[in-house]
Amino acid sequence: MAETDTQEAFVAFERVQKSYDGETLVVKDLNLAMPRGEFLTMLGPSGSGKTTCLMMLAGFETATHGEIKLGGQPINNIPPHKRGIGMVFQNYALFPHMTVAENLAFPLEVRSLPKSEREEKIRRALDMVQMGEFGGRRPAQLSGGQQQRIALARALVFEPELVLMDEPLGALDKQLREHMQFEITNLAHQLGITVVYVTHDQTEALTMSDRVAVFDDGRIQQLAAPDVLYETPENSFVAQFIGENNTLLGTVKEIRNEYAVVELDDGELIDCKPVNVSQPGERTLVSIRPERVEINAERLQEGAHTLKAEVLEFIYMGDIFRTRLRVAGKDDFIIKTRNAPDQRRLRPGEKIEIGWLPDDCRALDA
Amino acid sequence: MSRLSSSGPQTADAPTPEDAFHETATLDDRARGPQRGTEADGPMLAADGTPLKKSLARALRAQKLRALALIAPLLIFVLVTFIAPIADMLFRSVENQIVRDTLPRTSAALATWDAESGDLPPDSAFEALYSDLFLAAEARRHTRLGQRLNYENTGMSSLFRGTGRDVDDFGEANVEMLEDLDDRWEEAEFWISMTSGTGGAAVLDAARERFIRLDDLSTRGPLGDAWCGVKGVFGAPCAVSAEDVDLGFTLSGDFAETFPRTAEAYAEFAVFMAIEEEETVADDEPWEAVYVALDRDLRALSPEELAAYDGPEAEALRAAQAALADVPPVDFRAAFVASDEDWGTVEPWRTIRTYAPPYTTGYFLNAVDMQKTPDGPALRDEDERIYGLLFQRTLFMSLMITFSCILLGYPVAWLLANLPMRTANLLMILVLLPFWTSLLVRTSAWKVMLQQQGVINDVLVWLGLVADDGRLIMINNQFGTIVAMTHILLPFMILPLYSVMQTIPPSYMRAAKSLGATPLTAFRRVYFPQTVPGIGAGSILVFILAIGYYITPEIVGGTTGTFISNRIAYHISSSLNWGLAAALGSILLVVVLVLYWAYDKIVGIDNVKLGG
Repeated sequence: MAETDTQEAFVAFERVQKSYDGETLVVKDLNLAMPRGEFLTMLGPSGSGKTTCLMMLAGFETATHGEIKLGGQPINNIPPHKRGIGMVFQNYALFPHMTVAENLAFPLEVRSLPKSEREEKIRRALDMVQMGEFGGRRPAQLSGGQQQRIALARALVFEPELVLMDEPLGALDKQLREHMQFEITNLAHQLGITVVYVTHDQTEALTMSDRVAVFDDGRIQQLAAPDVLYETPENSFVAQFIGENNTLLGTVKEIRNEYAVVELDDGELIDCKPVNVSQPGERTLVSIRPERVEINAERLQEGAHTLKAEVLEFIYMGDIFRTRLRVAGKDDFIIKTRNAPDQRRLRPGEKIEIGWLPDDCRALDA
Repeated sequence: MSRLSSSGPQTADAPTPEDAFHETATLDDRARGPQRGTEADGPMLAADGTPLKKSLARALRAQKLRALALIAPLLIFVLVTFIAPIADMLFRSVENQIVRDTLPRTSAALATWDAESGDLPPDSAFEALYSDLFLAAEARRHTRLGQRLNYENTGMSSLFRGTGRDVDDFGEANVEMLEDLDDRWEEAEFWISMTSGTGGAAVLDAARERFIRLDDLSTRGPLGDAWCGVKGVFGAPCAVSAEDVDLGFTLSGDFAETFPRTAEAYAEFAVFMAIEEEETVADDEPWEAVYVALDRDLRALSPEELAAYDGPEAEALRAAQAALADVPPVDFRAAFVASDEDWGTVEPWRTIRTYAPPYTTGYFLNAVDMQKTPDGPALRDEDERIYGLLFQRTLFMSLMITFSCILLGYPVAWLLANLPMRTANLLMILVLLPFWTSLLVRTSAWKVMLQQQGVINDVLVWLGLVADDGRLIMINNQFGTIVAMTHILLPFMILPLYSVMQTIPPSYMRAAKSLGATPLTAFRRVYFPQTVPGIGAGSILVFILAIGYYITPEIVGGTTGTFISNRIAYHISSSLNWGLAAALGSILLVVVLVLYWAYDKIVGIDNVKLGG
């Protein structure tokens, strides 16, 4: 799946650049290859260029430089209506003056399909999203979740191989969003379609995708499967953007046996896995996931470094406990512990020792 | 989701596809909930036991009153300055009291006459017309009636004016006979002594009422009386109303019974003297009509009957009866025909008869190029029809203007809606610029542009596109009106279109294209249908403004480019035929309402959007 050979890729961006004003680049040197059937999410903060990439793929924006290929063919000069790409918009863009069935018939009508075939396909598409009885309604008569399903059905009804989704779940409430995430991924795998999904919601990206491309500053910072992305971020932006992270600034003291010892600014030492550092003396940002911090010293490795910490706040969140600590002079060090029967509930003011496995602590670029 | 759900057991650890349905179902259940309760438990009660509806109404009352107070000034303003004049104007289109008020006896006498027979009316009608016309001529109201009837039958105006002059002299011989008989017949005191008494109040009241109607001295009504009461308190009382003017004279019941015509004529004279001249019967001898009436009464009585009369001056009356036997009775028919031979034809009588009822369809028939004939309403002659053509032209040109506005305004509105805010605002100022210039200036500017020696013709000649002797006629015709009015009304089309287009996100067009539609199909199937409400709103606005437009067609319309409104204005201010103007206006109003109704049926008024 991590194949990057653009010759075999279904969707490929080759050295694509985009500028709106001729002065600044919104997309800088984008290279991306997607095999057929992949669910790829473009994730990034707003202004990172992810939506621009999607619009270039859909044909609504032209690339300033570089080539976009679909099925091996360059599509830079093909207008959007000839690309045959299904698209789900952020606000659904269901045509308000047409009924649900008419909305779904639209792509089939412009393709001049015979009426019987059209009706069959509409029926199948509506059943697929469990909206079979709503064909006669207008979009305004549907709830947000129902509109979302119809938008999905419309993008799929003409059986495109590639479907683009531009933050399709942004307008739904949390529960419905989670439910739709589940449904969209199921449908995509069931139909075997290729999906490019744009979102700024990292949970959505992690739960839905085969691979996630993290965008920032017009570049892909990391392109990897969700677990890889979460557990082994390649740079500090990815580490901080994906999931919650504790960061500590320090200087590399020595590197041996594939582990590095980092001296924090207040002089304390910790063990890390060097990722973006190669030699002693470099500044580094050390990142540790809150759930990988251990407060029970017995579970730590022999000879592991530990840090002194003071409990500032204890928050009961049901399934987990979230505790804020003061560590190495910083007040925002978070740890998460599972709400298990034998779990300690820390009290504010308590002084504890914390530590972690060196593999969980990554020394990244500063 | 499952929290809301009441339909069936759910172990909702993970959402299932059905949840969305359960959610809608649950929401419906909740909406129905209270109603179900109502059916079972009777009306909902507030905490203190009063019905909920009642306490809600009480809670909202202050709010409603405040809202009412806020709109009250405008409401009153609109009622007084808009609704009431329009209602009055509409009423005028059918109102026709003037014939009955001016010629009450003639109208009654003609009621039994068969206008279709071709025969002249009976003598009684001529006599009635004499007494009606005499009073009307004295009060100088007969010309007004002549003018009114002239709308229906040309020549009536001069007929009434001429005969009004002559009517004093009808029965001159008989009047002189009486005056020569005894000098006392010329003395006011003699007449007073002869007719005074008690018991004739009814005749006087009838005469008073007739005169008030004739002279349009309308009653004040309770509101007017109250106002006059207030004025009286502050020392500035109203003038005595016509109903209460003291006649300085009371009529004898016996006299009125024996000499009904004379009593009626003398009562009218008394009322006229008191109300119109602010004198009394004592100040002047009676007018000729009274002598003529007495002549008719004396001839109607046998000597025996007169001998039985024992009122004052009975001797003089008996002498008069004897003397008058020597002269022939007044021949009203001959006198009228002698004054104007038209009275010897059926036409004027038929016109009076046709327009005698207090309400008429005449103005409306006139407004649609028809007239009343003995066989019912019929179209006028080809060369007399003007209003049908004017209505057609008004509708046609208004539609043309609306259509031109759509054609010119749609692209501009689209541009406005799709440009960045700053540029759009600048463009919007240009669109609104015409609103900041006087309407008259703009229209006059078009005159300068379009006239034969104007800018456009000059340029065309200079370019060699048009020969100097073949300059285009672009003003004082329909073309000029359409051009100028399209320009003036264009903002009314652009603004609603713009505000509708602004609400259509670009994602619709993108969605259509991504679904495989060419840009043209996407526009036709997706964008355009969504702008229809804007087109509808703009069209209604422009069309209704255009159909009643007055100034621009008046200035640049010439003879072929004027609207029905110009004709209405003509009837209001020049020909003074307000009834016809009101009828034309009413038809215009109805046409607009019908179009509005049709529009509602076809497009749906809910689809009209002026913004948002």
